[in-house]
Amino acid sequence: MADFFTNTGLGIALVIVGQILLVLVPLLVALAFLMYMDRKVWAAVQMRRGPNVVGVFGVLQSFADFLKYIVKEVVFPAGADKVVFLLAPMISLVMAFIAWAVIPFNDGWVVADINVAILYIFAISSLEVYGVIMGGWASNSKYPFLGSLRSAAQMISYEVSIGLIIIGVIISTGSMNLTDIVHAQDGAGLLSWYWLPHFPMVFLFFISALAETNRPPFDLPEAESELVAGYQVEYSATPFLLFMIGELTAVVLMCALVSLLFFGGWLSPIPGLPDGILWMVLKMVFFFFIFAMVKAITPRYRYDQLMRLGWKVFLPFSLVWVVFVSFAAKFGWFWGVFTRWTTGV
Amino acid sequence: MTVFAFYLFALCVIVGGLFTVISRNPVHSVLWLILAFLSSAGLFVLLGAEFVAMLLIIVYVGAVAVLFLFVVMMLDVDFAELRAGMAKYMPLALLIGLVFLMELGMAFGAWETSEMAATQLSAPAPADVQNTAALGVLLYDRYFLLFQLAGLILLVAMIGAIVLTLRHRTDVKRQNVLAQMWRDPAKSMELKDVKPGQGL
Repeated sequence: MADFFTNTGLGIALVIVGQILLVLVPLLVALAFLMYMDRKVWAAVQMRRGPNVVGVFGVLQSFADFLKYIVKEVVFPAGADKVVFLLAPMISLVMAFIAWAVIPFNDGWVVADINVAILYIFAISSLEVYGVIMGGWASNSKYPFLGSLRSAAQMISYEVSIGLIIIGVIISTGSMNLTDIVHAQDGAGLLSWYWLPHFPMVFLFFISALAETNRPPFDLPEAESELVAGYQVEYSATPFLLFMIGELTAVVLMCALVSLLFFGGWLSPIPGLPDGILWMVLKMVFFFFIFAMVKAITPRYRYDQLMRLGWKVFLPFSLVWVVFVSFAAKFGWFWGVFTRWTTGV
Repeated sequence: MTVFAFYLFALCVIVGGLFTVISRNPVHSVLWLILAFLSSAGLFVLLGAEFVAMLLIIVYVGAVAVLFLFVVMMLDVDFAELRAGMAKYMPLALLIGLVFLMELGMAFGAWETSEMAATQLSAPAPADVQNTAALGVLLYDRYFLLFQLAGLILLVAMIGAIVLTLRHRTDVKRQNVLAQMWRDPAKSMELKDVKPGQGL
């Protein structure tokens, strides 16, 4: 039996499908509750009750919403490019999900343990913009189109600074494998994680992640005060649901990425306690909570402010940081906290 | 399995390239082009060049093609009108295509693979050296100056593009973000006690 799963093509394929389901099914279930958490946090900040009807304290609200979305009718706007119109939400969803293939939840708990994992995530997150652009264009309507144009400019701008910040982490680790990056942060618990040496970059990364995932205060592609709902205006029922799941999955992915890159992934904060997936999940939920809080407490940026922040503040700062980290890593400054090369040079 | 993946990606590249040329809608053309890029990235992965594959996706699909799409979507060009002149340019286009095909054929005919390269191709990649790390050592060590030179050329091109498009307009209102951030209520607001019936 074990031979079948390790040696035959069909067996290996079955194992991979099983691993994918093991990641996706808990992720989808967690998404339903994270969406609920998002709305509850938002409501609590505004002194409302939030969803409280379906299930105890409204915990099943997301499932009720899900049912509602899938039984409604899909409406096509007149003159819409139907194929691209339907393709856009699918791309949005697929791109959000396939990035999880390289996310390690625990030591060795990863579907594809590849050497260029961080580049892969970067590549996939740069593809997510296509769902937005195609959706906005195919709707054949003014507001969605404006939303998609905004999103294209915004996501490209902030990818640049995300890339440079990631390069700093890669230089410190000497590897692009996410498991190696987490192992490089092992040691004295909380204090040996990358948030300490890369301190300013944690904030820059988090803010760039907000912009990259179109979350408030950078949700200009769907700014409801000016663009109604941006690129989602013409979407209804299941395609809209796909957009929403895709967007939320991208947010959770960013939470996972912050935990892995700067907060030690599955490593425990206190040296005595055992490491494990629980820490990873706790960290992700914590960062999702911050995402939700940011949504609740910040007003939306103006578009020129957003562009200025990306190009004139984040880009120079992260570029200088890359140069600094390179020198610090090469010459072992600051007791070698920037030099944690796991592989030979 | 690898053979199957190869034919799948190769088919996608060819179909994508074909439809890039023949599709009537320019936005669809760009989307097909993206499919071609993605599939060729898949081919690179099959070759074991995962770093090049990821760079192809990040640079071409993630940045260049987005800008293509951006521009093509905003262009208000009547493509039917452009196509009307196609018959006139067809002979020239065919001639250029033919010359290009011949040149390719001649170049490929004179192609010689050295003995060493042939043996290296079949030799297994060393297990202890990662593809990306090996590339990094080559670029930043042996070909360091050439790499810097390539970066310099890009920088010059970038500065050139900025200089070409730089213009100062005086008739538009600009936002001065710093001035806006340094404003405070004390300096920008004045409270007046307005008597009823008198006004200011």
